[in-house]
Amino acid sequence: MKNEYYNSEDLKKFTNITDWNKELGDKFFNYYESVFAEGKLSSREKSLIALAVSHVVQCPYCIDAYTKDGLEKGVEKEEMMEAVHVGAAIKSGAVLVHGVQMMNRYNKLSM
Amino acid sequence: MNKSRTMNVSKQLDILNNGIFSNGKLPLFKEKLKEVNIPDIKKVQLKILQLNIGYMCNQTCSHCHVDAGPNRKEMMSLKVLNRCLSLMIENKIETVDITGGAPEMHPNFKWFVKRIREKTKVDEIIVRSNLTIILANKKFFDLPNFFADNRIHIISSLPFYNREKTDNQRGKGVFDKSILALKELNKVGYGKANSNLKLDLVYNPSGAFLPPDQESLETKFKEKLYNDFKIEFNNLFTITNLPISRFLDYLIASDNYEEYMETLVSRFNPNATKELMCKNTISISWEGYIYDCDFNQMLDLKINSKNNTVFNCKIEGLVDKKIEISQHCYGCTAGAGSSCQGTIA
Ligand code: SF4
Ligand code: SF4
Repeated sequence: MKNEYYNSEDLKKFTNITDWNKELGDKFFNYYESVFAEGKLSSREKSLIALAVSHVVQCPYCIDAYTKDGLEKGVEKEEMMEAVHVGAAIKSGAVLVHGVQMMNRYNKLSM
Repeated sequence: MNKSRTMNVSKQLDILNNGIFSNGKLPLFKEKLKEVNIPDIKKVQLKILQLNIGYMCNQTCSHCHVDAGPNRKEMMSLKVLNRCLSLMIENKIETVDITGGAPEMHPNFKWFVKRIREKTKVDEIIVRSNLTIILANKKFFDLPNFFADNRIHIISSLPFYNREKTDNQRGKGVFDKSILALKELNKVGYGKANSNLKLDLVYNPSGAFLPPDQESLETKFKEKLYNDFKIEFNNLFTITNLPISRFLDYLIASDNYEEYMETLVSRFNPNATKELMCKNTISISWEGYIYDCDFNQMLDLKINSKNNTVFNCKIEGLVDKKIEISQHCYGCTAGAGSSCQGTIA
């Protein structure tokens, strides 16, 4: 069966979302463009943040897009992997910090 | 073996003219120009004479658009070299840009350079040196002094400021040798802030993606090369890989061709068409044929004239002639644009 999920060709059709709601679609893409423009953070720094977040939200489209974007911004592969680890550390930290909740609950219910 | 390993020219043109460019997926370059109301690209007053004096090279880089290597025997004859000198005398040429292969391997290289200095009013002589040639053999050890004595402007490829990326693209050991060669050039005064001996470096992406911003990459290269090796240079040019020759082979073998062409087309920048290098340059092959640029030379797309050799072409008559374009031209117009002297938009 043809795989209908996460087809890399679909990334090129991203802007088609404006077909069914132009106003909101346009607002989103304008906002997106402004976010990634050079600001207090360089566009290179933003690209690395986006790469880390792409992994945390596990979006294959974003991972493809921001790996290529990183290459086009001269980001080295070691920097990319460090960024992914930052994302992973925050995500696993977020899991583990809930362990305190578990401990609190456990302790409350136990004699 | 003296033959190229890359697919032949007609096969390359077939790929560039058909497939995604004939099934409606992507517009032809000429259609794209029309879409944004850019008239035909035409020659203006000639400034730069680029000479490819032979395909022999001590390296075999994976992106090489010339498909050069140690076994290539094609070499500009004395007859063509002399005719090129006459062109420099007869016409107002500001810059002569000597490339190859490794041009220094041509047996008449030094004679030719000295002749240009003695006999012509050409102001700038560029030599595209691959750096490692300086250390390749004893007979080349004096090249830095020769370059300096003849006020050569050196432009050299260094794909990255680290060993891994450079060696992947240009061959094992190339990074270390390039660093040694750069030190030799610095020693005779090249690339120093207060010197008039210019040493520029060229970055081209080590894969199927566009180059980073030229200015910020230059800053990074300068910082890294100075901090790690005390090397100085003048400018960094970022150059886009054009989908021809060995790089086209790579794009196809790695299944990146379609995506790469889509990237080039989607990043088409109309502003880059104003400063295309083919407008004020002609590129001359080892056989003496004339092309609009070095890339067209590799695709054997000769200038738009019946008189297309150094022996019968009237250079002043080229002004306003239409430039031969094809889909590889998208490489010159993507993003910040690309030329042999870096970005153009
Ligand atoms: S040094 Fe230049 S001419 Fe030689 S193989 Fe590499 S890219 Fe080609
Ligand atoms: S490849 Fe570039 S320089 Fe050559 S003809 Fe096309 S646009 Fe001009």
